[in-house]
Order: sequence, then structure tokens, then C-alpha cells
Amino acid sequence: MKAAAVPNRGILPGFGLTLGITIFYLSLVVLIPISALLFNSTGLTWGKFAEVATDPRVIASYKVSFLTAGAAALVDAVLGLLLAWVLVRYDFPGKNIFDSLVDLPFALPTAVAGVALTSIYAKTGWMGSWLAQLGIEVAFTPLGIIIALMFIGIPFVVRTLQPVLQELEADVEEAAATLGSGRVRTFFSVILPQLAPPLVTGFALAFARGIGEYGSVVFISGNMPLKTEIAPLLIMSKLERFDYAGATAVAIILLLISFLLLLGTNLLQRWIRKNAG
Amino acid sequence: MKKSLKKAVIAGVVLSLTVAVTACGSGGARSGSGSKKIELLNVSYDPTRELYESYNKAFAAYWKEKTGQEVTIKQSHGGSGKQSRSVIDGLDADVVTLALGYDIDAIQEAGLINEGWQSKYEHNSAPYTSTIVLLVRKGNPKGIKDWDDLIKDGVEVITPNPQTSGGARWNYLAAWEYAIHHNNGDEEQTKEFMKKLFANVPVLDTGARGATTTFVERGIGDVLIAWENEAMLSMKELGQDKFDIVYPSESILAEPPVAVVDDNVDKRGTREAAEAYLQYLYSEEGQTIAAENYYRPTLESVKEKYKDKFKDIKLYTIDEEFGGWAKAQKEHFSDGGIFDQIYTPGR
Repeated sequence: MKAAAVPNRGILPGFGLTLGITIFYLSLVVLIPISALLFNSTGLTWGKFAEVATDPRVIASYKVSFLTAGAAALVDAVLGLLLAWVLVRYDFPGKNIFDSLVDLPFALPTAVAGVALTSIYAKTGWMGSWLAQLGIEVAFTPLGIIIALMFIGIPFVVRTLQPVLQELEADVEEAAATLGSGRVRTFFSVILPQLAPPLVTGFALAFARGIGEYGSVVFISGNMPLKTEIAPLLIMSKLERFDYAGATAVAIILLLISFLLLLGTNLLQRWIRKNAG
Repeated sequence: MKKSLKKAVIAGVVLSLTVAVTACGSGGARSGSGSKKIELLNVSYDPTRELYESYNKAFAAYWKEKTGQEVTIKQSHGGSGKQSRSVIDGLDADVVTLALGYDIDAIQEAGLINEGWQSKYEHNSAPYTSTIVLLVRKGNPKGIKDWDDLIKDGVEVITPNPQTSGGARWNYLAAWEYAIHHNNGDEEQTKEFMKKLFANVPVLDTGARGATTTFVERGIGDVLIAWENEAMLSMKELGQDKFDIVYPSESILAEPPVAVVDDNVDKRGTREAAEAYLQYLYSEEGQTIAAENYYRPTLESVKEKYKDKFKDIKLYTIDEEFGGWAKAQKEHFSDGGIFDQIYTPGR
């Protein structure tokens, strides 16, 4: 009857409009630029694509990009968990300042971070000269790239973990303690399973950020082809020579691999959530 | 109530879009040459910032006196290739003053600059020139005198990557040209020379300023391959007591060219002023400003005045040594080109 004419609307009004705006802006800001990249590949033929994809220098740059971004995100996951834990669980003087400091890497232009890190970690810098005596070279090696990416990625981990940690009730831990489990066991079988999904999210965000990072890395990496050259730099270098097709090819491969890796981490996260729940 | 909220949201969205659209469109609202005020945009590369800051003032005064028209000149600086791409993508440049002809050729290919731009002004449309020199630490501890000292064991050479930096292509070609002269034109031996040279490079910066920072401020490397004007500027900024400039026995004549962006000036009606802007670079005053900013003047009278400042060494041009930029670019810096072969084994 009359009631049937009314479509099944949600309880909250305005879904149609908000979804419309959402899709509109998502298209404007994300979808259109990315599809333009895919379609506007000036003169990109399959032959050219294959040639770029199998170029040893390109392959080496992917290895550098993905390995350093992965390593940095892993370290960030551990350090970020520690940082978030301290910020949520303890009170100490200056905590607010400490908490705000975590966001700084977001605000700082990455190139500035790169320049600063390079001057600290170069053989002549104050950390670098000290490390050089121990036989560790940081600047202009993959280790330098990892440090730059750690700096860029750490806020992602901390900020995804913080709210979840805040929600965790201390009484669950207390109950575990009453039932006779030690600190270590409580951590691994009570706390960690609940933290695993946000931890994976934080890792994925830091990882994704690291793959595309350009500004901070070009200064500290030394940009040596086959050794410390990152994929984004290779894209820039091809653009500099007006090789739009080549640059697009490198970018498409980078996007594809990143998408697969991120899809993988998302699935992993779902699986963890299901099994932990 | 609910309806008015909806309206407000729609109005807000429409408004924000209108603002965005008009903001994009307002770039074209510049006045033509007939009016009293005019604005020019000079799209240039990084190290010319100081040069054009002084030149723009001089030109504005000259133009005001000559035509009564007030001209303000805006400057845009960045890597030469990147700047060229911005113009191709629609940056409203009236004139471009870039690091190498290849970058202007690219704008010509996009249809924005008429063919034959390079013969429009004297000296291949390069009003001032420079060359590539070697900057070493004070007292020259490694005893560097010429290009072949750069391939010795234990010498660290700093130069940017020629595939990402237009300026660095001159560095590379200067070394190549020396090597080919000293190996009786043997290309294989010259490649070996370049391979050894780049094996001595511990850091490949993406741009010339980055390489200068690495060498000057971070204290890395024994010798910096640099444009003469950058080397002189570093000396001035950081003190004569820290570095020495070594002039190699021969080098390349770096000719940073200039061109009017025909399509843009015709659209905007700024051709007259834009052409005068470039022409005036060749005048006594323009040349003096170039020389004061460490670029080699091309006008004989000014050349004579500054002959102590710029040491006379044998300089070769791109055209006579490499058959022009397009050819040099293709042979050396394209994918699979000679620079790639130096780095990628088995190609």
C-alpha cells in the first residue's frame, strides 16, 4: 500500500546526497587522476611496457623501494606499539608535548626531513661519524633510506594504535593476572590478539607511504643506480627526459604491486579480526 | 528546517566548486600591451634566481623610460626539465630561460614555440654562457689539475645525475669531450674513462644545487664538477679560504638559451615586451648584470671589461662536438643510452 511506496531508507537522512558528494570528491581527487595515469599513457605500447618492466635498473629500483619500505614499516610497527603504549598507559610530565611530537613528521616537508637526516647521518655528521667508527655507514646506503622511511611512517602506526589501546580495559589484564598468567603470557595471549588488526593497518599505512616516498629519500639515498635508486626517482628521471611512456609504465607497475600488497594486508587484517573475535 | 540545511549544503558545495573553477581561470586575466601596466612571467631554472632578480629591475626601468609602460616581471625557478614540462602543461610563461636547448625544443615540439627559435637571437639565443669547472678543497690536497685526475683511485667526485638534472648533462658531456680528445676519438676507451669517473662518484644528487650542498656543506668528496657560475657563487657565499677553482685544460661552452613562448605572448598580447626583455639581455647593461652574476658575457665590450674574472680556456660547443642537443640527448641520456651502459652491465 502506501507504506510500500516509501523506499527502504536508513534511519539517518541524507544518504543519497552524502554518497553523491562522497563519490564526486573521491572521483575528483583520487579516481580521475589515477585513471588518467592509466589511460593517458602517451605512446605506451605493450612492447615498451615489457621493455621497461624487464629493465634491470627498473627491477633493482623496485627491490630497493619495496624492501626498504617493508623493513621501515616493520621497525615502525614495533617502535610505534611501544610509543603508543607509553602514551596511553602512563602519565608523566610533558606527556602532551611528547604526544604532539609524534605528528611532526606529518607536518614537516619531507625534503626538509631528508636534508636534516642526511646531515646527521653522513660520515661527517655527528651521528654518522660516530657510527662510521663502528664500521656502519648509514647515509647513501639502503640503511639510510630505511631510517628516512621510519621517520615518515611512525605517526601512522602510533595514531592507529592509540585509540584501540585506550579502549582496552585494564581489568582484562587484571583478570589474566588473577588467573595466574605472567606479564609475558598476558601480553601475547590477551593484549596482542586485540592489537593485531590495528597493528597491521598501521604497518600497511606506513608501508604504502614508504613505497611512494620521494622527498626525504632522494637526499639520504645517494641515488646510485642498481644500488640505492628508488622507483619514484626513476619515474622522475624519465619525466625529466620527457619519456612520458616510460614513466607511466614504471608508475603502473608500482601501483599494481602496491595494490596487491595492500590488498594482501587488508585480507590478513580481516582474517585476524575474524579469528580473534 | 531540514530542507534549509540541505539547501545550505548544496549551496556550499556549489560555492566551493565555483571558487575552484574561477581560481583556475583567473591566470589569463593579464592586460595587453596597449595598456599602461603589463606583467611578464619568466620561467627559468634554479641558479639564475639572483641574476634575474637584478635584471628584472633594470629591464623594468629601461622599458618604462622607453615606452612609458610599467612592466612587472614574475620569476619561476626549478629544475630545467621540470620547468619545461610546466610550460608544456600550461604554465603561462611569456619567456623561458632554461639550462639547455633540449628543454626548449620540447616546448617547441608541443607547438608552443615556433620553429627556428634558436636562431632568433645572437649566439644561438644564448645571451650569456658559462662553462664547467672543478671545485676542490683549499690547497687542492689531491692535486687535481685536469679531467684525467678524476678517474684516479681514491678521488671522490661529486656530480648530479645527468638523467635527472639538465645542468649535470653539461658536466657529463664536458668530461666526455675531454676523454674522446685524449683517446684519439676511440669511443670504447672513452666509455671506460666515463665508467671509471662515475665509479668514483659516491652520491648522485638529483640536481646541481643538491650536489653543491653535498660537497660544500656536508664535506663529502674531493672535487665537485660544477658550472663556473655556481662554483664562483659558492666561493663568494662560503669564503675564499675553503675552496679553489681548478680550470681544466679544456671544457665545454655551456649555452643556456632563451626563447619567447610564441603561443602565450600572442594570446596575451605581450609579444613586444617579451621580445624586448630577451633582446635587452644582449645590451651593455644586461651583459654587465650577467657578468656580475658570474655568467660569461657575449658582448665584446663587456667581455673585455671582465676578462680577468673569467679565465680563458679552450671551450667546445655542443654543436661541433656532439651534433646538437637532440643527438647528444638520444645517444647519451635516453634509456639504454651510454649513461645507462656505464651503470647497467651487459647492455
